[in-house]
Amino acid sequence: MDLDDSQEQAEYRAEVRAWIAEHRFEAPPGTGDMEDAAYIEARRTWQGQLSDARLVGVTWPAEFGGPGRGPVDQVIVNQELAAAGVPGGIDVIGLGLMGPCIMVNGTAAQKERYLAPMLHGDEIWCQLFSEPAAGSDLAAVQCRARRDDDGTWRLTGQKVWTTNAQFARFGMCLARTDGDQPKHKGLTMFIVPMDADGVTVRGLRQISGEAEFNEVFLDEVAVGGDEMVVGGEGGGWGAALTVLMYERMMIGLGTEGFGYSPERFAGAVAASPRMDRESGLRTRLADVVVELLAVRFRGLESLSQLADGRVPGPEFGLAKITTVNAVIAAGDLIADVNGPDALVEPGEWAYLISFLPGLKSAGGAEPILRNTVGERVMGLPPEPRLDKKITFDELVARQREGLAA
Amino acid sequence: MNLELTDEQIALRDAARGVLSRFDTVAAAREALETPGTLPDLWPASVDAGWPGLVVAERHGGIELGLFEAMLVAEELGKVLASVPFIGVVPAAALLSLGDHPAAAPTAEGELRPVYVPACPPSPRVDDDVWTVDGIDGERIAAPVVHRDGSAWSVTGTVGWVPDAPGADLLVVVAIDDGRPVALVVDAGAAGVEIESETRYDATRRMANIHLDGAVATALSCSEQDIAGAWYSAQALLAAEAVGTVDTCLALATAYAKERFTFGRAIGSYQAIKHELVETLRRLQNARALLLNVGWAAGAAPDDVSMAASAARYSSGQALDFAARSLINVHGGIGATWEHDAPLYFRRAQLSRRLVGGVGGAADRLADESLARARRAVEAAGVR
Repeated sequence: MDLDDSQEQAEYRAEVRAWIAEHRFEAPPGTGDMEDAAYIEARRTWQGQLSDARLVGVTWPAEFGGPGRGPVDQVIVNQELAAAGVPGGIDVIGLGLMGPCIMVNGTAAQKERYLAPMLHGDEIWCQLFSEPAAGSDLAAVQCRARRDDDGTWRLTGQKVWTTNAQFARFGMCLARTDGDQPKHKGLTMFIVPMDADGVTVRGLRQISGEAEFNEVFLDEVAVGGDEMVVGGEGGGWGAALTVLMYERMMIGLGTEGFGYSPERFAGAVAASPRMDRESGLRTRLADVVVELLAVRFRGLESLSQLADGRVPGPEFGLAKITTVNAVIAAGDLIADVNGPDALVEPGEWAYLISFLPGLKSAGGAEPILRNTVGERVMGLPPEPRLDKKITFDELVARQREGLAA
Repeated sequence: MNLELTDEQIALRDAARGVLSRFDTVAAAREALETPGTLPDLWPASVDAGWPGLVVAERHGGIELGLFEAMLVAEELGKVLASVPFIGVVPAAALLSLGDHPAAAPTAEGELRPVYVPACPPSPRVDDDVWTVDGIDGERIAAPVVHRDGSAWSVTGTVGWVPDAPGADLLVVVAIDDGRPVALVVDAGAAGVEIESETRYDATRRMANIHLDGAVATALSCSEQDIAGAWYSAQALLAAEAVGTVDTCLALATAYAKERFTFGRAIGSYQAIKHELVETLRRLQNARALLLNVGWAAGAAPDDVSMAASAARYSSGQALDFAARSLINVHGGIGATWEHDAPLYFRRAQLSRRLVGGVGGAADRLADESLARARRAVEAAGVR
């Protein structure tokens, strides 16, 4: 059992570190105002530089312009960038999710048109999946797409939780093309030009007051013909599943990247003499530390699997549950120990405390993740479902009746 | 980077499984509950498997494997509630081997059975040097003390609830000599040694209260770090054993949730049941990941062992409490009766969490280590 680099990995790390050392002063700051066009431009340029040095999309295969390296090498790059305090590519959604979605499901023409500018940061992407009434139950999306007589697809609906929509060039949109099919069928994946007429992006303000996500309104948006369909008409759910798989992989690769380390939280309370006097506070600290240490080794386990060519299964959703609840407990402890001053805004701990309640639902609400693990990992029977074997339109009609009754 | 078990580790684990499959240890645990003192003697099988010599150096006839390998065996013991001297033997054998004591070789051969009499190192948080042991009445008390008369050493003190002490030939006692900890070897039959066998609640766990009153002792040449390491090995072994028991509790509860129907549905389809089982799985996976942390630290980062072992003990102890109660909950009332095996796992959980410093003690130690590290980091930054 070891956590050290192999010789090959150590050589790659040295190479990466040397490039970063030489270029780090050209990098924009790691955090900035995502509403500020100049900052976004600087981050896009930086992604281009990283791309030329083959330090973004590390796992992208060579046929799509990537370095075609393994997932552990991507982690090495992430670690070295973080250690140097410089940001990675701005388009995490494109590089991690939408690019692979096109690689797996797209046509030759789509791969040719979209992948290179995505990798280089010339065109940023966003994910138009979740809706106000379709989050954990993603297949319930109601955004409608219909084909005009001239073959143009028109999309109408509302999307939410859309990271980077305010400056994205394209969105990958899951929409319903056929309501006469059961809900998982009749879905189609579209590429939406975000500058098309009828697309409105609005910031979604969270507890902290910041708008890290957007709502996107689509009003009869003409996206183009079948060349904008990814994975074929009616193939939307299959394409969405590839994205969800890559999302698990991204989480598997990135757990250390959020800064949720036991050392950071212990450091925030260590100065207080109350920690020496009150064993109740020490137990609470132990609860935070034990869970986050476990997550660290769970993450290393998932890396071990990825290095071995296996994709982490749904049980890794449990690491997300552990992390979120431990960080909520950490925020509570830090503020209890340090008093109201810990809630000063803007401030590190007030931000953490504001951010976590929403994170609990991100990537699937906690109870849904527990259902998924119970059913897919432990083989427990599902709850009886009312949405199978009927068409989507009928399902919606029944839901309306239910409300009326 | 690689966290997978090696082929040798898998072989060791499978061999342990094979050895234990020859005995119906769970039925024996039940039998012992009704008729105390009827547990089968697994010691010969353990000797055949080489377990007493697992961590003993090859030069003393041992297999010279690490703590993590011993933990793999402990996990298998925990899965089937096997009652075999192991958790008390491994740290003792390690100290005898490190001290190059003549008893190391017969220990590895299984001819002599030593037991570790545990003492907890001082916390890095508080500014004192007090080594403590479990008192008989639940208090933490000062470790035994050495008396020297010329070159003759003797030791005096009491240690409560020492696992695997009944039937031991040798005691490996941690005692205080002029303010510093030493590891001593004491003959179990020597004058001034009283080994008072006890069982409480879990019939599979053989323990003793040990009274030492001027008992003749010889000192082992072990470092203070080795002596502290023995405490943390015991924590890690108890953690691994608990993980094994959690694994079994979860398997039993999950199987039942699939076959028991209420209101026309398998009860595992109800979220209330499903989420409780998933919570057990979450705790099991976390506890198991923390065993990996111990294994890694034992090999590559000795300074991290204290924190890793305390974290593992705390996590697995909490997981076992949860799993043993959940096993009863999923079965309903019958799970709280002797009609089912669930009480055997519950009894294991109840006693285990209170042994060798207790799960609560491990939590406090984990917090102390975290605070001490954070404070050292601040100091180091200040110096720079």
